[in-house]
Amino acid sequence: MATKIDYKQIIKNNGVLLAFLIICIALAIMSPVFFTVNNIMNIIRQTSIYGIIAVGMTFVILTGGIDLSVGSILALSGVICAGLMKRHDAPIWLASLAAIGVGASMGLVNGLLITIGKIAPFVVTLGMVTIGRGLTLIYTTGYPISGFSGEFRKLGGGYFLGIPIPVIIFLITVAIAWFILNHTRLGRYTYAIGGNEETVKLSGINANFFKTAVYVIVGITSALSSLILSSRLNSAEAVAGQGYELDVIAAVVIGGTSLTGGRGSIIGTFIGALLIGVINNGMNLLGISPYFQQVVKGALIIGAVILDRLRDDTN
Amino acid sequence: MESLLKMTGISKSFPGVRALSNVDFSLNRGELHALVGENGAGKSTLMKILSGLYKADEGRIELRGEELKTTGLREMIQHGIGIIYQELNLIPYLSVAENIFLGREPRTKLGTIDWPKLYKMTRDVLAPFQLNIKPRQKVASLGAAYQQIVEIAKALSLNAEILVMDEPTAALAGFEVERLFEIIARLKKEGVSIIYISHRLNEVHLLADRITILRDGQLVVTKNRGEMDNDEMIKHMVGRVLEEQYPQYDSVKGEPVLEVKNLSKAGICEDVSFTAYAGEILGFVGLVGAGRTEIMQTLYGYLKKDSGDIFLHGKPIKIRNCRDAVIKGIGLLPEERKQQGLVLGMNVFDNAALTVLDLYSKFGVLQRRKIAHEVNSMIDNMNIRTPSVKQIVKNLSGGNQQKVVLAKWFIRHCDVYIFDEPTRGIDVGAKVEIYRLMQNLAKRGAAVIMISSELPEVMNISDQVAVVFEGKLVKKFTKGELNEEEVMQYSLGLQERQKA
Repeated sequence: MATKIDYKQIIKNNGVLLAFLIICIALAIMSPVFFTVNNIMNIIRQTSIYGIIAVGMTFVILTGGIDLSVGSILALSGVICAGLMKRHDAPIWLASLAAIGVGASMGLVNGLLITIGKIAPFVVTLGMVTIGRGLTLIYTTGYPISGFSGEFRKLGGGYFLGIPIPVIIFLITVAIAWFILNHTRLGRYTYAIGGNEETVKLSGINANFFKTAVYVIVGITSALSSLILSSRLNSAEAVAGQGYELDVIAAVVIGGTSLTGGRGSIIGTFIGALLIGVINNGMNLLGISPYFQQVVKGALIIGAVILDRLRDDTN
Repeated sequence: MESLLKMTGISKSFPGVRALSNVDFSLNRGELHALVGENGAGKSTLMKILSGLYKADEGRIELRGEELKTTGLREMIQHGIGIIYQELNLIPYLSVAENIFLGREPRTKLGTIDWPKLYKMTRDVLAPFQLNIKPRQKVASLGAAYQQIVEIAKALSLNAEILVMDEPTAALAGFEVERLFEIIARLKKEGVSIIYISHRLNEVHLLADRITILRDGQLVVTKNRGEMDNDEMIKHMVGRVLEEQYPQYDSVKGEPVLEVKNLSKAGICEDVSFTAYAGEILGFVGLVGAGRTEIMQTLYGYLKKDSGDIFLHGKPIKIRNCRDAVIKGIGLLPEERKQQGLVLGMNVFDNAALTVLDLYSKFGVLQRRKIAHEVNSMIDNMNIRTPSVKQIVKNLSGGNQQKVVLAKWFIRHCDVYIFDEPTRGIDVGAKVEIYRLMQNLAKRGAAVIMISSELPEVMNISDQVAVVFEGKLVKKFTKGELNEEEVMQYSLGLQERQKA
């Protein structure tokens, strides 16, 4: 084994982390405000909504699948939670659980259609985007549901030990997801299914069950995110979450998870999401047009995919 | 007769395998020359060299007296060599005309396809066959026989003077075969020369002007029609000096572990019954395509059976999917180790551990230390050569990859192990190790089933052998009862089916 340090390999394997560090350092130099506690908390809090969903999406993409309906799941679970609280005076914990339940159910439907229905994930979740939106519009009859209790608003706006609550939820979600992916059967099987589903089936594993499970997971994280969003906006409406799937998938891909499945990590997604957040924040601080930020985000995605391909070739 | 094609001294090697050794093959104008040999004899490789797909390591190819310098795919087509593979090379959703003239469609002045001209050209090409095939028909709507005709027409439209046909009657029914023979007769009359690869010896006797037999990549004999009978042909196909080492092993026959009764599945197998005993290795032989793999896949729950009963240790069991089979103690090591036995992107450890994660986890959480202990000791025992257990499996050699698959199943301590072509593509040294591992399993009381296309391997390693022909078990015998030639007879379907 060579004892020379293979710089090329190190860059290839940790590209995202390096990019992240470099950009952070650069921004810290260019703007005095960047590296303050306040700003950093801001960044993580703003990232948390996409980030939590991205954590769930990581599981799905690792199996080689995709879920385009996360925005609609977020909307539907958000309005159901809001509706239960405002129209039926349900306690917060019950409404929140119901929202999670809605997210899980929608994920379950997606998963079953994909595994037992044998329909491609892209197609199933694409259909779910509009079905979900439709259900949300039916439930709200087009009007937003607003004005929640102070208690509920603490979820998105409150602090715990000086740290914004969304940040805490985000970090806990990352920790739980990391544990599941690395220390449970579900995690191992997720990687294996993404690598070669036929081998997994022939090894006597119920691949359909675990494949369905990851869609339930992303449904749950979408619902969790909706609670934070509704809380921060003090309103839940049918148009919430539109277009979120792109940013979520971007975070996952930038974080190094391969779209073909079998390769990736939660930490990678975490850094990918933060990277987007840092760049958005940095560009704001430096006064760069928000339109340009879109271009930068797109370039990041392409860069990440190219890096992924290079990694593939060497292996 | 005029010599059209002369291949001299052709040799070809692949990593670990010498596919062809100094083979001579010639073809005269207007003759049908049959190429015969068992699985792995080198027939396909020789033809792939002729078609331009492979390049020979040594040897010369002479066409019409001139030596060919460039032998790529395109050149060979231009030289008039057309191959009709067993798995047809047609695009099902395009029309007959589009398939025949793929890439060479006649164009109008604007550059678009001249459809009327295309259909006329197609009709002209199909006319000699005198069959009702419409140029506009989608190929998918044609039966196998007509699809084959389209392939032949395509080759002829490319001015093929030499037609290579690989098992052309494999997918045809009785009368379609006759039709094909009529067409072959007509082609010969028009001066087309044919190389005919087939396992159906009766056909070979009927059609061939000359017969060449290959064995283990070497030329055995080339004889004219009428100079050899079936027995002699089989002797040439099979007879060999036993060079390889097969570990000696005294088996002790134990209780019946797996009993299969009347397993049937439409299109795959019919009324298959056999018993696998503890301590013994049961070999399954037959030609490629006889259905051995499919029978095991049906047994294992990968395919759904139509009827039949399965007994494990005397008790009837239901196997609805692979998971049922594995839980009940049956393990299948698939034929395609890269596509079905391994997750190539994962490392050695994760692959080996895949089957036992459910045994060593509590509430879904993995018991890391237990798993590591089991997997690491198994990897050591198997002598898998890898720089570390974290090595990605894709980078291992074929033999070591196979050992990872073995490790994955041994770690589960199955009662029944089904090996499908366990030593395919593996060098001699690693083969011996795998035989020993299989014998160890049997010694420890498991029933071992081995599917193999290598007759010497099966004859020497198995304690009992079952011969499969077209989805039926035609013969069962104990080691030593039959010789290789007799087994080949059964594999070719030449013997009467025995009620065993």
